[in-house]
Amino acid sequence: MSPREAPDRRKTLGEFRVNGERREVAYEPHRTLLEVLREDLDLTGTKHGCELGECGACTVLVDGVPVLSCLTLAQEVEGCAIETIEGMADKGELHPLQDFFAELGASQCGYCSSGFMLASKALLAQNPSPSRDEIRVALSGNLCRCTGYVKIYEAVELAAKKLRGEPCEPSRECTHGR
Amino acid sequence: MGADAAGSGAPIERPEGRYLHGVPDADLKVVGKPWRKIDARARVTGQTRFADDLFAPRMAYCKLLRSTQAHARIVRIDASAAEAMEGVYAVLLGKDLPITFGILPVSQDEHTLCIDKVRFVGDPVAAVAAVDEDTAWEACRKIVVEYEALPLVTDVFTAAATDPEAPHEHRIHDYGRLGNFHRQENLEFGDLAQGFGESDLVREDFFFFEGNTHLPMEEHATLATFDPDGKLCVQSSTQTPHYLHRALAKVLAEHVPAHKIRVIACPNGGGFGGKSDPFSHEIAVAMLSIRTGRPVKVTLTREEVFYTHRGRHPVLMRSRIGVSRSGRIKALDFETHLDGGAYGSYGTASTFYTGALQCVTYHVENYWFRGARYFTNKAPCGPKRGHGTPQPRFALEVQMDKLAVELGLDPVRIRKDNLVPANSLTANWMRVGTMALGRCIDQVVAGSGFLDRWQKLPHGKGVGLACSSYLSGAGLPIYWNAMPHSGVQLKLDRSGLVTVFCGSTDIGQGSNSILAYVVGEVLGLDPQDLRIVTSDTDLTPVDLGSYSSRVTLMTGNAALQAAERARDLIAPHVADKLGVPRNRIGFAKGRVFDVSDPDQGMPFADAVQLAESKLGTIGTTGSYRPPKSPARYKGGGVGPSANYSFTAAVVEVDVDPETGIYTVPRIFVAHDIGRSINPCLVMGQVEGSVYMGLGEAMMEEMSYRSDRFGVHKIPSMLDYKSPTTMEMPELITWLVGDPDPNGPFGAKEAGQGPLLPIMPAVANAVFDAVGVRVDEVPITPEKVFEGIERARKGKEPRVGPTKTPHVDWPEARKVRTPWQGGTGLEVEREQEELAAARANGGASRERRGD
Repeated sequence: MSPREAPDRRKTLGEFRVNGERREVAYEPHRTLLEVLREDLDLTGTKHGCELGECGACTVLVDGVPVLSCLTLAQEVEGCAIETIEGMADKGELHPLQDFFAELGASQCGYCSSGFMLASKALLAQNPSPSRDEIRVALSGNLCRCTGYVKIYEAVELAAKKLRGEPCEPSRECTHGR
Repeated sequence: MGADAAGSGAPIERPEGRYLHGVPDADLKVVGKPWRKIDARARVTGQTRFADDLFAPRMAYCKLLRSTQAHARIVRIDASAAEAMEGVYAVLLGKDLPITFGILPVSQDEHTLCIDKVRFVGDPVAAVAAVDEDTAWEACRKIVVEYEALPLVTDVFTAAATDPEAPHEHRIHDYGRLGNFHRQENLEFGDLAQGFGESDLVREDFFFFEGNTHLPMEEHATLATFDPDGKLCVQSSTQTPHYLHRALAKVLAEHVPAHKIRVIACPNGGGFGGKSDPFSHEIAVAMLSIRTGRPVKVTLTREEVFYTHRGRHPVLMRSRIGVSRSGRIKALDFETHLDGGAYGSYGTASTFYTGALQCVTYHVENYWFRGARYFTNKAPCGPKRGHGTPQPRFALEVQMDKLAVELGLDPVRIRKDNLVPANSLTANWMRVGTMALGRCIDQVVAGSGFLDRWQKLPHGKGVGLACSSYLSGAGLPIYWNAMPHSGVQLKLDRSGLVTVFCGSTDIGQGSNSILAYVVGEVLGLDPQDLRIVTSDTDLTPVDLGSYSSRVTLMTGNAALQAAERARDLIAPHVADKLGVPRNRIGFAKGRVFDVSDPDQGMPFADAVQLAESKLGTIGTTGSYRPPKSPARYKGGGVGPSANYSFTAAVVEVDVDPETGIYTVPRIFVAHDIGRSINPCLVMGQVEGSVYMGLGEAMMEEMSYRSDRFGVHKIPSMLDYKSPTTMEMPELITWLVGDPDPNGPFGAKEAGQGPLLPIMPAVANAVFDAVGVRVDEVPITPEKVFEGIERARKGKEPRVGPTKTPHVDWPEARKVRTPWQGGTGLEVEREQEELAAARANGGASRERRGD
């Protein structure tokens, strides 16, 4: 077989910091962060909807910044702090975003939820009191086909309130309609 | 429902027992509350395992080689180079699986892999199992397929013009009616000539609704595992595990019998109808697993998902409507032309659905429906949220708006004057039960200030009103049988745990939670404490699937019956122990007690133990099938339902008259839900439906290059535009209605109906804003601009189709309406029945399935 027909698939050894843990992985150098997370580290909470950077489902945080893991080579982020959905709850205690996504049904099928919650977490870290329009802009790279985004906005707003230590009961309008 | 020691019995057709629709809200402990879904925690922590999240030891990866031609004969196919590759375990070709399949018994027209010809770009021709995905891709590329092009058909006019005398290969399929017609239906209810004769105003309009696709976030995936003991397990992102089970059993009949096939539907990452057919990739990995003795997984790419499709049919429509001066509908002559794509899929049902629900919102005195479906060389169309009804709904609601303007009525008045009464039959024999559309209209009209704004806003701003209805589950199963549509089994454990087994599939709508709420309500348990086991053909009784908005109503009623039976098994023993009459036993807060003296009682677990000591292992079943429909004519099997939901919507638009670019600032929607089992989940369904409808109204379209082999123009999420957070307007929602006697606790559907009014409401709002009629969906800025330009040039400010293909329709099946004294049968068969009844002394004829 000529080299062209048999691409070099030898693995390289890399070290990643995922959800606060050091993980050593032998992986093919052309692998994306998405592939390494899902297939080498079994962190399947990170999803894929297109693998072309179009849908936002694969969003993870790299040093606190949302990135599309399907467009990121794993090699680029060795040594960076990577956060996935599996690292969001603290010892079984849900993050307020997770709590309100669950409470309001902002997660219907749940497939896009990891990406939405991580993008929201990055937003709230920068801006603890975002307006609805600021939430819209921050989440405009994430597609959801189930919710129409309505419950997602409401969940992010309630989580922001909770993180600010303010009362955060869902309104009756939100759970029952007008 | 009396005590039944066996805990089982005949299926019910409507809810029975203590929890009728009449129970006041205040008496319900679980139902009607905004609980979080029972699996919400798993969904927000990444623990939900979707099909592609499954990995198995020794697992092989599958890829499909798909046709690059839209219509061609396969002259030669050579897979030897692929088979010889290192890391390739098996290559499958069409001849390996010669048995056809398809979702409907009347259109078994698909091969797992094409054998002699391909019918659209993307049609699967070979499947490879290999050590990894890259190797499988490379192997696919080494398979040589030689095609000989056949005439290309990419639109209904070309399809209609296919010469029936032309050589065989001009036809895409060799079944159906002549040429490239798949179906031609002609149904006439009442006296159209009389109806039009009595009309003061007759309008004829043409409409077009472009096809669009489900675009679920999750790409389809399947893992098949064939065990050494001869059993096959298929785990798949499917909405219909039971139908997939049947397709696998048929195609793999020589390899594995039905009872050794297990289908597990994984949680679906969105479905919307797109995962309701049995698919080639599901059958291919099953066969590859049999061949290789390894688990085999396939995951489609996004581009493949576009070609797999089965989405909204493009439908061209002609609607001639006759009304009195006051706007009462005397006659409706409605014609649809469905561009079906390359295969049958659900298309026969889709065709009937384009006519079935035209009479359930507004009373139509005489109704004529003709529908044709065509085969074309494009990705197959099928069911998408609203299945076959959004297109005709768009036509009807825009036409109502035009009528209102022409008659000098307002859009609210003309609709309210025509409302179908509650508890009535329509011209085409659909039975409408509770009906709160009037209240829905009042709510959105008042809430949006519609009447103060319609025709009164500054140029460029507008409001539009539209209504809709949808069924809570199809009245008939996809294959004709007399068995229940939904089954539920309960197992009561000594620990107090109740396990609910049901074949239903949670696609994100929360159907697993509905089972927990219903059983929790009846047995007085916290829904979070129940164990729900669903969508596994080995473990759970059949439920037909997550389609046609059937799951809450049907599984809810089955669960209600099973839970009532469990109560009836337990209560007598608790009553005896407490020394109180049996009718005084209540179940609440995890206890079973004397309702007259609630302190006298015991924990639920103790009650189960007491009953188990007397009766042995405690288990019950419940099953449900919808009530028989009065629509007994051939074709009347599509449209009947246990109940119908209703929706009204007002849409605001803000149009830039210079460019045609418009935004939608707010949408007001009111939905007749009967009674919500969980209002928060209903809100989610309504909001999601409105969103999806808005995408269809404004931007979503499946478009193909007819000049380049019918290739899809935009098979990616970037180019196939769907609404992002930036387009989604403010949404104001009301849930209204009265509990319906046929729904569990009075519930109706919520997942599809609220999508339907959005497209026509946008069209009507655009007209209100700039005086342009866009009689086409999507209503793109280009079309609005074109209409504005036409107005400037003094032409009719309308954009839309002006003709339909010529069809030699078969003779109409004439059915008398209920008010003509009809029987729900065709006139011809009425006479036959009468003669037969005379001969048999009155024995009635069994209805014929369609």
